[in-house]
Amino acid sequence: MDFSFSMEQEILRNTVRQFAEKEIKSVAREMDEREEFSYETMQKMGELGLFGMFVSETYGGQAMDYISYIIATEEIARVDQSHAATIAAGNSLGIGPLYYFGSEEQKRAHLPGLCSGESLWGFGLTEPNAGSDAGNTQTAAVLDGDEWVINGSKIFITNAATKITSGVTALCRTGTRQDGRPELSCILIERGTPGFDAVEMHGKMMWRGSNTSQLYFDDCRVPKENLLGPRGHGFYQMMQTLDGGRLSIGAMGLGGAQGCFEMALKYSHERVQFGKAISNFQVNAFKLADMALEIECARLILYKACWLRDNNKPFTKEAAMAKLYCSEVMYRCANHSVQLHGGYGLMKEYDVERFYRDQKLLEIGEGTSEVQRLVISRLIGAA
Amino acid sequence: MNIIVCLKQVPDTESQIKLAPDGKSILKEDLKWVMNPYDEFGVEEALRIKEKFGGSVTVVGLGPKRVTESIRTALAMGADKGILISDPALEGSDALATAKALAAAVKDIPYDIIFTGQRGVDDDNGIVGPALAEYLGIPHMSIIVKVEVSQDGKSVKCNKPVEGQTLVIESPLPAVVTAQKGLNEPRYASLPGIMKAKKKPLEEKTFAALGLNPSEFGEGARNLKVIELTPPPARKAGKIVSGDTPESKAKELARLLHEEAKVI
Repeated sequence: MDFSFSMEQEILRNTVRQFAEKEIKSVAREMDEREEFSYETMQKMGELGLFGMFVSETYGGQAMDYISYIIATEEIARVDQSHAATIAAGNSLGIGPLYYFGSEEQKRAHLPGLCSGESLWGFGLTEPNAGSDAGNTQTAAVLDGDEWVINGSKIFITNAATKITSGVTALCRTGTRQDGRPELSCILIERGTPGFDAVEMHGKMMWRGSNTSQLYFDDCRVPKENLLGPRGHGFYQMMQTLDGGRLSIGAMGLGGAQGCFEMALKYSHERVQFGKAISNFQVNAFKLADMALEIECARLILYKACWLRDNNKPFTKEAAMAKLYCSEVMYRCANHSVQLHGGYGLMKEYDVERFYRDQKLLEIGEGTSEVQRLVISRLIGAA
Repeated sequence: MNIIVCLKQVPDTESQIKLAPDGKSILKEDLKWVMNPYDEFGVEEALRIKEKFGGSVTVVGLGPKRVTESIRTALAMGADKGILISDPALEGSDALATAKALAAAVKDIPYDIIFTGQRGVDDDNGIVGPALAEYLGIPHMSIIVKVEVSQDGKSVKCNKPVEGQTLVIESPLPAVVTAQKGLNEPRYASLPGIMKAKKKPLEEKTFAALGLNPSEFGEGARNLKVIELTPPPARKAGKIVSGDTPESKAKELARLLHEEAKVI
């Protein structure tokens, strides 16, 4: 067994860590406080090459492996979840479906701008009444001559309402299958198409520096060619996309947990109570030991799942396990870390306060922890 | 313009340094290694000169195989080729021997200007740059915060901070310049750069290939011998100056600085 990373992967980790420490850490708290997306860091992330990492050079990507993408997401998440969300959603959900299922023409039209970070693309899946029950998608697309006419709405869509968003992929009901279940297809809708509106959502507890929006389709007409892949493949495409996406959410959990752990370790060396640094008290030292242990396990499961994917082996179960475990590890690490910070951990002056809030999304987004358990239980033959 | 950058790999400044049982060295097994930050300024300056004048940047590193990672990082930043001087006889060499090996590797490639960090952040000697210039028989300018190569590419003007002032010095090229913090803001090794670096040439050279005599290197040939390494003393707890008014606090502080700390 070989647990080592390649030299390029090591250099990548160093470079993204440096970048995150210098360019993102300094603005993350302010963006969280103002609940604002930073176009400045977005531009810098694009210039560094954080978008289109697994896309071939033909379409302006970096042609790296999936592990590299996960390393980069982990390192950004170590300092800020919102920025990591922009990258994870941008790559897995924005670029991913276009790259894997798009026609040559669609790829050439959209990918270069997305891979350079000049534009962003949303993935419209969740609806007010279709969360875990994604099959219950209500947004409908009806073919009228050479056009799809779309009606419906989507909610909690990342990167879909920024100034630089160029469009969205929406999962739509395009008919009824022979077995009576809805036929689902993905359709590309460009920004500015009449009848399509993306409205930013505010009042979030977490990921406040990331862009989240509601999408509205009101007799929105797009050309027939905007269908992504074959008609009726929407559910399959969505599942494929989420398998990869789960790994990036896992990376956010792992990176976030690592960040929480490092803050806790540093603080407990500095904080003196009863005449000594609080790290010396076994009750605290054991918390730190538990965090280190769980982070190590999270790292192993996540990178094993990525390895399976890079080697074209089935990884659905491992992706669900990695997503579930990494987000729960971050939950426990954030909790321990705030506890070790005591009263200061409740103050915005300490980044751990933000990590504590940001963590919660990981147990809900891209398949709740319950859905992950459902996926795993089915794949092990339990249910 | 042919530019050479000599770089060293040092323990990451975030690493926890632990002494080895011999009391003269540090434990290296668990360390994370990075490019010496001062050398990074050298790489950046070299790239900027190349962008202005054209030419190529060659990065020369020295040490065990792991140093390749730092050389590749410089290639990912935009340098064109790399050379690693690697030989078992190198282990334990002092700064003068290091400079001698670098000079041997550099002398056969055409160069107009050579950059290196003003010192390594590990041993803090600051010897390699000037010694390299001596071995090559060319001028050196050390601890430089600004570099201006003349239009004709024949000379260089440098700024060197000295005791609150700036010394402006000029030298014909070729010359060695050692980089100080403030010279520039090094760029990141971008992701496309990392992928491009994979295909750039990186040559490994042994002592035999460079015509060097192994007996002049290593622990036995050191001019500078390490007698003992000790960790820095633990920081003592601070003192809070008490008093009712700012004036009385200031008075008390002045008294403490004078009588206890004896610094004024």
